[in-house]
Amino acid sequence: MTESFIKMAHGSGGQSTSELIAGIFAKYFHNEYLDAMGDAAVVPGSGRIAMTTDSFVVTPYFYPGGDIGRLCICGTVNDLLMSGAVPKYLTFGCILEEGMPTDALEKIVQSAAQTAAEAGIQIVAGDTKVIENSGHPEGGIIINTAGVGFVPEGRSVGADQIREGDAVIISGTLGEHHAAILGKRMGLENTIQSDNAPLGEMTSALFAAGVRVRAMRDVTRGGLGTVMHEFASESGKTIILEEKALPVRRDVRDFCGILGLDPLYMGNEGKMAVVVDPADTEKALEAIRGSRYGQDAAVIGEVAAAENMPEGRLLLRTPVGGLRVLGPLYGEGLPRIC
Amino acid sequence: MSALTLERIREELASYDGAPLRIMEVCGTHTASIVKNGIPSLLSDKIRLISGPGCPVCVTVTAYIDRLTELALTEGTAVCAFGDLLRVRGSSMSLADAKARGGRVHMVYSPAQMLDLAEADPQRTYVFAAVGFETTIPVYAILIQEAERRGIRNVKLLTSLKTMPQVIGWLMDSGAKIDGFIAPGHVCAVAGYEDYITAAAKYGVPFVVSGFEGPQLLATIYALVKMQGRGEVRNLYPGVVEKEGSPESRQLTAEFFEPCDAAWRGMGIIPGSGMRLKDEFAQYDAGSEGLTEDRMATGCQCAHVLTGEITPEQCPLFGKVCTPQDPHGACMVSQEGSCFNHFVARGI
Repeated sequence: MTESFIKMAHGSGGQSTSELIAGIFAKYFHNEYLDAMGDAAVVPGSGRIAMTTDSFVVTPYFYPGGDIGRLCICGTVNDLLMSGAVPKYLTFGCILEEGMPTDALEKIVQSAAQTAAEAGIQIVAGDTKVIENSGHPEGGIIINTAGVGFVPEGRSVGADQIREGDAVIISGTLGEHHAAILGKRMGLENTIQSDNAPLGEMTSALFAAGVRVRAMRDVTRGGLGTVMHEFASESGKTIILEEKALPVRRDVRDFCGILGLDPLYMGNEGKMAVVVDPADTEKALEAIRGSRYGQDAAVIGEVAAAENMPEGRLLLRTPVGGLRVLGPLYGEGLPRIC
Repeated sequence: MSALTLERIREELASYDGAPLRIMEVCGTHTASIVKNGIPSLLSDKIRLISGPGCPVCVTVTAYIDRLTELALTEGTAVCAFGDLLRVRGSSMSLADAKARGGRVHMVYSPAQMLDLAEADPQRTYVFAAVGFETTIPVYAILIQEAERRGIRNVKLLTSLKTMPQVIGWLMDSGAKIDGFIAPGHVCAVAGYEDYITAAAKYGVPFVVSGFEGPQLLATIYALVKMQGRGEVRNLYPGVVEKEGSPESRQLTAEFFEPCDAAWRGMGIIPGSGMRLKDEFAQYDAGSEGLTEDRMATGCQCAHVLTGEITPEQCPLFGKVCTPQDPHGACMVSQEGSCFNHFVARGI
């Protein structure tokens, strides 16, 4: 790249666009489907297809433990995984604001390529547009990724599979991504790093171990509380979480304490909640803990029939022994963490 | 006699079968902690907890919100506020609505953040939505001190500052049937609890100064049950709260602020229940005088909820048109609000 900042001309479709693609995107993204540079990627596949899309608008786009490039791969890959699919192909659409430094863009693209390689997914199509600067001092970037995966025959996971007595497992500690973004925005010095990560190794290990997985969901915006509330209301079952069992790092807990935030409602980008057959609890824990990003996995609750409670509720047993009904996240939460 | 353990406190509170008791907490942080710890599920049906007027957002009148939205939409002015305040409706819109219409509104976590914003943007006047009780008032005093020290001239406060003993007196004088108060731990840490000794004696009800952890709140409720009918104060938050409070904080408050009458949502003007900037600091005031008009949404029962006359569920708007996504009354907005917490506790 000869230019050090993105200009409107880079979105013109002409010579500058070609330079941008050759100088940054093609340098890091290449495979047989993308390299063909056709109007559409033609890829092999058969069976039950899982599709998803997500847009990423996080500010700042570099944060402790990651960046928007890593995030935009993890977010879409994890959504595919949670449906029981094996992720295969991704599209990468990029909207840049003029004024963005090209070396920042290059770092983001490089990070996305590395994360895609880690997750075993191929970026097979892409698009770039440039828009006028909205006042962001370093130029903004918005990325959309769409993903395709295939669900193996006979695999069926979803909230409708949840049964009384099932065990609830979380794959690790709560709230790091949210706390890392917020801490960076507020200019706070701390040790908190985003947990953004692809969860494929973990889900593969669960299925390889023969764990009867009822439902999985990655814990993103809205936090564990929102995810578990969805499980309870979609399944019509009462779920009880044990507050004492919820894993939260000390630095995140302190950070939440200072700002009055609840780790139950803070987003992660590399954690999942899994509901499994109770007989498979130990097997599931072992599979997750033995996987990358799963060493802090813990059993945090169960699907139970709580007396005198209407069905489809999420309850939290507090350290003093009280039962608290948990709703989804209401209100603002916090803006733009993914 | 066996030792008083948490286990025994829990047993006694669960099996209490004496006279029905109505216990009020008047601190939003207590309200939030009671919900967070699931305390109501541990109490006998004979003990009812009522959230009083302790959430600063919930007691803010519409005229104040209207002035904030007007400022946010004024050229050359920006408003900084704590998150919850953004969603409270004024007579025509909330700060969040004003922001959506191009008004300048910043959600901040601390008043100090506004100083950085103002310093970086000297052509614009930054107004802080200064709501709060005794605990927060010294923070605004520090904001002014810091602004003076750093030579930042483009900051102002729009104040709606309130004090607790006067509203408790007003509640009891209005005939609220309360059998005991969980006295606000943070407020007492700043302002002390001598005012509550006077109130306890005057109204013949017990006050217990409480911390914020689950076991502390259970011990406080247990003490109030045992003290029923006695006009006494107990401090169960020793080490943090002293009878005379924090002299430094009181002095800081007194340097910049003085008592005034204040308008409370649904309750009207309560004499001496507020704090205003002293005249010598008038240049820091963004027009806080006279913001007393209080136009509540038709049917909204916030006032009766705040005084414990009705439960949130008894309000005709509750859960139907008034929800956390579209709050009509201020009590549905804040994490510390009574209606919000009752709504969330339904778990739908």
